Parts: sequence; structure tokens; C-alpha cells
Amino acid sequence: MTVLTLALLVAGGSFGAGLLGALTGLGGGIVVVPMLTLLFHVDLRYAVGASLVSVIATSSGAAAAFVREGFTNVRVGILLEVATTVGALIGAAIAGFTPTSALAVLFGVVLFYTAVRSLRPRVEHTVLTTPDEWSSRLRLDSDYPTPSGRQPYSVRRVPAGFGIMFGAGVLSALLGIGSGILKVLAMDQVMGLPFKVSTTTSNFMIGVTAAASAGVYLHRGYIDPAIAFPVMLGVLAGALLGARILTRANPQWLRKVFTGIVVVMAIEMLYKGFTGSL
Amino acid sequence: MSDRAPLVSDHTVEQLIGRLLQIGVLIAAAITVVGGTLLLVQHGRAPVDYDVFRGEPSYLRSLSGVFGAAWRGDSRAIVQLGLVFLIATPIVRVAFTLIAFALQRDRVYVGVTLIVLALLLFGLLFGIA
Repeated sequence: MTVLTLALLVAGGSFGAGLLGALTGLGGGIVVVPMLTLLFHVDLRYAVGASLVSVIATSSGAAAAFVREGFTNVRVGILLEVATTVGALIGAAIAGFTPTSALAVLFGVVLFYTAVRSLRPRVEHTVLTTPDEWSSRLRLDSDYPTPSGRQPYSVRRVPAGFGIMFGAGVLSALLGIGSGILKVLAMDQVMGLPFKVSTTTSNFMIGVTAAASAGVYLHRGYIDPAIAFPVMLGVLAGALLGARILTRANPQWLRKVFTGIVVVMAIEMLYKGFTGSL
Repeated sequence: MSDRAPLVSDHTVEQLIGRLLQIGVLIAAAITVVGGTLLLVQHGRAPVDYDVFRGEPSYLRSLSGVFGAAWRGDSRAIVQLGLVFLIATPIVRVAFTLIAFALQRDRVYVGVTLIVLALLLFGLLFGIA
């Protein structure tokens, strides 16, 4: 295969990943690395570098749309960013010593977890207004727009959320993903933030986390221009189109298709990891 | 936030930052498209060998190397320049957040944001050996 053929195929696949990721709300970053390594036999390190760059593109590109809605809690985001960036730098540091087979197994587990989470119906929790020591001290309490006016909310279990965010940062660097699902889980389920605040704040955090490790990987030679550019442009174009046609699409059906792809990739990743053939 | 009246509201600042980020991504994408097209024209027929990790040549691994080679018209370096711009967009976002907290005289969050910014700049400028 020539550089041109590969670039065109990778751009097409990345476009599909970005489109499905935006339409299902699961993010396309999670399938970019499996696609590059399993389908196109690209070395895992080049794949991780290219994927991180595409994660930054979708996060920064979507920022304006998310901000317009007015849900982002910048204080929560920046505070938790301390944990994710430290995690990302540590993840990038240990990535060089971690055997590829171990990373493949870890990736398989994360893919399975993503599939399970995407099929489980989301349970809406009640918005908390009882004050919490950490939250008051760090002034994390805020409000967000609802059809019936601005709804104030309080934040709880800040240290636990901080801990999960550290893990999200490590995973993001090791696997080249945005770790959006883990970030939303920490804010929505653990810290009790309203779901819409969690998802938009997560988008803010994803780009920052990925930038920490992408910088390190640039210096380590993981970011190859010929692979990274079709991935980045493809995912970005797919994600932008996805955001535009979101209201006309059928997310339930697409979610099942996307989950199916994720499960197949999970099985393949685990198999390659355990047989050491990646 | 609600207990005082800052010069500019959080939301206005965020909206401005969101727009700037979008413009940043578009500029980065445009540079990448130019470099990528050149790259495919010049090296498109070469066979691929990405199944073996060799690491990038040193001029594509440092900011000064990328800027220098891109200036000389090296297609790979122009792509890399676009990618560096892109990696910088979230860092710029954090820098603007720092300014917003400083305008609100919020010392705790100026401190928190400075830590994040320092970690990001450390990663981009020096990497980890």
C-alpha cells in the first residue's frame, strides 16, 4: 500500500468514527486506535499519537457550541484538570515502558466497559443543593439553565472525583483516548453534577488532558504527520457534520451499530493482547 | 460568581474563548490541509511502513525544528506545524481562563489554573525524556 492509498482509507474511516462518535455522544476517539492498529496495521505508538491529536480537534472544535448552551462549570473543570494533566503526564511517561500487549488488553477492557455503559439506560439523579465542605470551600456550587429558569446545584465527593480524574488522565495518555465516559461518570455519578453540566465540562477537560500527553508524544516521535493528518481531518469533519445533523438522526439505532463495532474491536484487542500479536 | 458583579460575566468570557478556539482549530486544520496535500503530492507513491515504529526524525520532534523546516517548505513539517497549533488550542483556552480568574481577583483559582498551565507547557515545550 502507498502513502496516498493509506491516507485516503484512514481519512474515510476516521470520518466515519467522528460522525458516529458525535451522533451517539460516545466520542469517536475510542475507535481510532483500534481501527489504525487492527485494520491498517499501524504501530500502536503512531496510532495513539494520531488519535490524541484528533481528540483535541473535536474538543476544541465543539467548544463554541457547548459554551453557547451555558452549562460548563469552569471551576470544576480546571480543578479536576490538575488531576487529569498529572495523570496524563505520568501515563505518557510510563507508556514507553509498557509492553504493547498489556496496552492492547487494557484497551480491550476499556472498549468493553464503553459498550456496557452505552447500552445501560442513564438514571437521572436529583440535583443536590445541600452544601458540602469541599464544594463550599472551593466555591464549586453553581447553577445551570433549565426550561424553568436557572437551577442551582451543589457538588459533593470532590476528593473521590479528583481520584477518578487522575485515572482518566493516565488512561487518556496510555490509550490515546479522551476518557470522556470516565470523566462524565466521575462528575455525574460520583460528584452529583447535573448530566448536561458533566458532559459539557467533560468536553472542556478532554482537550486539555489530551494536550498534556500529546506534547510529550510530539517530543518522543509518536506523532507522524502522514498518519496524524488524515486521522485529524477525518475525525474533525465527521464530528462537525455529526453535530449538524444530530437532530435528524436516530441515535438509538446508531448507538447499537456503534456499540456492535466497539464490542468487535474489544474482542480483537483482547485476543491480540493475550497472544502478543499486536 | 453570583455574589459579586464582575466586569465581564463568566459566560461572556467563555463564549469569546469558545469562538477563539474554533478559529484556532480552523487555522490549524487549514495549515494541515496545505501540508498534507503537499505531502501526498511529494511522497504519496512511497510504500508505507508504519507497522514498525522508528520514531520521527529529530526535526519533527521539537518546536524549533518544526518551525524551521516548515519555513523552508518541508511538507511533513508544515503538517506538524498545524498539529502543534492544534495541540496549543486547549493550552490557550487554559491561559484565557487564567486571565478571567485574575480579572475576578479569584486567587485560589488563579493558583489552580497556573498549575494546570505549567504542566501543559512543560509537556509541550520539554516533553519527558
